[in-house]
Amino acid sequence: MKLAIASGKGGTGKTMVAANLAFTLSRAGQVTLIDCDVEEPNLHLFFPKTATITGITVPVPVIDENTCQHCGLCGEFCQYGAITVLSNRVLFFPELCHSCGGCMLVCLNDAIHEEPKRIGTVAISTPLPHLKLISGMLDTGNPHAVPVIRSAKKLAAGNPLVICDSAPGTSCPVVEALDGCDICILVTESTPFGLHDLRLAVDVADRLGIPTGIVINRSDGKDQEIIDFCRVQDLEVMMTIPFDREIAAIQSRGNILCQVQPTWQNEFTGLFMKCRDLCKGIK
Amino acid sequence: MKVCFTSKGATLDTPTEERFGRAPYFIIVESENGSFEAIPNPYADGSGGVGPKAAQILIAHNVKALISGQVGGNAREVLDAAGIAMYTYTGGGPVKAAVDKFTENTLIRS
Repeated sequence: MKLAIASGKGGTGKTMVAANLAFTLSRAGQVTLIDCDVEEPNLHLFFPKTATITGITVPVPVIDENTCQHCGLCGEFCQYGAITVLSNRVLFFPELCHSCGGCMLVCLNDAIHEEPKRIGTVAISTPLPHLKLISGMLDTGNPHAVPVIRSAKKLAAGNPLVICDSAPGTSCPVVEALDGCDICILVTESTPFGLHDLRLAVDVADRLGIPTGIVINRSDGKDQEIIDFCRVQDLEVMMTIPFDREIAAIQSRGNILCQVQPTWQNEFTGLFMKCRDLCKGIK
Repeated sequence: MKVCFTSKGATLDTPTEERFGRAPYFIIVESENGSFEAIPNPYADGSGGVGPKAAQILIAHNVKALISGQVGGNAREVLDAAGIAMYTYTGGGPVKAAVDKFTENTLIRS
């Protein structure tokens, strides 16, 4: 089973839910936790452990100016504006390139070949006996998060239980994190922003055809608007975590709630059971 | 000489557009006789890489100078390499006001 944790709004507690769910479930079986928030990964802060780090590369075109006839076909083909062909030279903008390889295919003179360009890393560690942590990390200044997320997820292929901690928002990195998942947990908070962005995130999960459940975090008890929204959308509120100073303190020390207050393990086990039921179509 | 002005519309009376790559129209004026041609920018709503693509339009139309509010880094690199001079105009108003400023030679090269 592959489970994605997303939110729409940032800072609602995706990583908190992911870390506690993974911690709890790893006490009963093998869990793979993937940090798909590759622009700002932070799960490793909760699970510090020496990791094996591998570079991630994407292919980018290299143009041989001696062979190039400056016909301009590659520049016309590139939908991303990465290649501009002038009468006597070719300009290439690597940060605009999406590594589609099209320029190489349309070149009539075999003047283009591809070379790997590093864009980020994946770090693999085993912080707990039954927990594998895979953290994707995009290199600073690189705009393409998706290939790093894809590489991180590929490393978990075949693992029985995978939890993907997504980036906030609803753009490509979130879609990539959710892609192929069986269940999506959306973490929200009882604020107007929380609800606004939850609507957007629900729409994304819906379009991807992924069954979705809701976790309300930092609940001040005034959750009626979110509860009403979930009722209309036929979404289950699977868990509510209170707005609590002690929880915040545990979290900000880099500790795991379920480890410090073991009674929370029951709550997170319950959350997983609800996800499993939703996945099986029992609701 | 062909001079390009970024514009919100297709005539000299429409307001100027300060953005280059996402300008709805490029108004290309022939400075010798004041005649002009309006080219809709197909990349105005593009998702990314619009600067270099828009610069390619100017190159294809043999433009020698661009008058716009702000030109991004990638577009600037292409325009520089193609020898297209860039001038900043942020005065607002219709395109013809920018044309007048350019003709008076009061715009600053960027």
